[in-house]
Amino acid sequence: MSQPSRPAVVARELVKSYPGGRGAAPIRALDGLSFEIAAGTVVAMLGRNGAGKSTTVKILTTLARPDSGTATVAGLDVARDAEAVRHAVGLVGQKPASDPMATGRENLVLAGRIQGLSKATARQRATELLDRFALADAADRLAKTYSGGMARKLDVAIGLVHRPQVLFLDEPTTGLDPEARAQLWSEIERLTIDEQTTVLLTTHYLDEADRLADRVAIVDAGRVVVEGTPDSLKSQLRGDAVHVELALSSAAALPALARVPGLRDAVLEGTRLRARAESGARAVPAVLAALEEAGVPVSSVTVARPSLDDVYLQHVGRAFDAEQVAA
Amino acid sequence: MSATLEAAPLIARPTAAPAGRFLRHSAYLTVRSVRSLLRQPAFAAMTLIQPIIWLLLFGQLFKNVINVPGFTHASGSYLEFITPGVIVMTALFSSGWAGTVYIEDMDRGVMDRLLAAPVSRGAMIVGTVAYQSLTTIVQTLVVFGIAYASGARFDGGVSGVLVTVVAACLISVVIASFSNAIALLVRQQEALIGISQFIVLPLQFVSSSIMDTRVSPAWVRHVARYNPVDWASTAARAALSAGTDWGVVLPRLGCLLALAVVMSWLATRAFRTYQRSL
Repeated sequence: MSQPSRPAVVARELVKSYPGGRGAAPIRALDGLSFEIAAGTVVAMLGRNGAGKSTTVKILTTLARPDSGTATVAGLDVARDAEAVRHAVGLVGQKPASDPMATGRENLVLAGRIQGLSKATARQRATELLDRFALADAADRLAKTYSGGMARKLDVAIGLVHRPQVLFLDEPTTGLDPEARAQLWSEIERLTIDEQTTVLLTTHYLDEADRLADRVAIVDAGRVVVEGTPDSLKSQLRGDAVHVELALSSAAALPALARVPGLRDAVLEGTRLRARAESGARAVPAVLAALEEAGVPVSSVTVARPSLDDVYLQHVGRAFDAEQVAA
Repeated sequence: MSATLEAAPLIARPTAAPAGRFLRHSAYLTVRSVRSLLRQPAFAAMTLIQPIIWLLLFGQLFKNVINVPGFTHASGSYLEFITPGVIVMTALFSSGWAGTVYIEDMDRGVMDRLLAAPVSRGAMIVGTVAYQSLTTIVQTLVVFGIAYASGARFDGGVSGVLVTVVAACLISVVIASFSNAIALLVRQQEALIGISQFIVLPLQFVSSSIMDTRVSPAWVRHVARYNPVDWASTAARAALSAGTDWGVVLPRLGCLLALAVVMSWLATRAFRTYQRSL
């Protein structure tokens, strides 16, 4: 990265293990994770559960300490200047962060006061954020009466109350209905513009990363495996993605495709067959013929420009979404 | 780009004196808990009804123990004897639950959000123990009111009531700190309640709160000398009696105060252990 100013977040070789419990080997959540975030940008960390996304967020927000490695946020060392880092960051964790027995406004004012805002400033800022997140009508209702989408917006507002330099959003839209998700997305998009906040977002959703992030870091087994803008990552994959849905999973499918010229990176997961081709349209007839010849029944074929899912597949060696649905 | 990092500083930087910050944060968090209690009127009512029931129930159940030879409550009725005992017992049992608020905060993301903010860890403990103490003060005054209405009279007067309030509050601080520390260590509601019950019941019964230990087995008397619940009950009872022996009251209050300070400090330290588990 060739950014003119110092990066808002720098993580260097972070390692963190958790006890495995009952004599089991420790679980290595982070295994030398490194990355940087340029000030004023949105970076999405993409990875399955257990890849190390939340552990990274916990370390960068001073909740957890790494076993080794260093990190700075807004130029402050998370280990040595924890207190100052806590003034500089806002955290929106995976779980709801509002006090259910306080109103939306009270939650915001308390969060602001803890950050050192004066009473007047905290109140003013609360009103501003309630308006901004379309919560003004519910401002004086207890947070426990909020819908899932409203509660999530309140969480984000709480994270923003002191105008943090870096906002951490840990799976901000998990569990939201599509409409609430779309609303939250527009708010997050406005953040970098209106508040000039740097955002680190972790997500399970490729479309979320594609839509919101200036850069994407794919995390697997505690390391960043690839990092770049969504477009640059996609364009690294030459050609088209060919997706074949088989009627039945069959071991004969992959050997059959090996004979198709111009087709590469074929992977079979259950009944889903993915491969890449210089020209998808030209490859499809040959793919179908080869599968038919091998006696493998096909239910559908699609050809697409590469998606982030293909990028993920390429670098992690497994498709992204299949297991996530269950998770 | 360079404007980004300097953007609109909203905050009074952490230059504020740590002591001021500690007190302010303690006040915010105490207000949060009190407000939450007042919004649950059924729960608030129970915190007052429970000690009244204990006072009247135990007062009737054990009414005649006062006639057991060796039971040396100088004058007066068993009701007068157990009033300070029930007050301390109420403080003990209510505070044993204090940690459940932390567990709820952990189960939601409130705890992580607070700890990622520059909140004073000491103030997080003080916020909960101050709230427990306020509850204890109200409970104590209600129990005194009911006891008085039922005919109990205390020669110790205002200073007796004050000592009782202080002793009960100190027990609240000790036990609430303990409960908070356990909550931070075990992080699970069932485990917290199990451990809390395991500690609270023996503390209650190996003390003079509802029974004169002079009629108990010798070992109970010995153990009770090291039991903070016994210190509080004994100090309150002595202060409420005619011709208060301050040589009984003050050392016990002193020990309770010291224990309260130590327990709050340990509970504050438990945040580190909690964060190491994250």
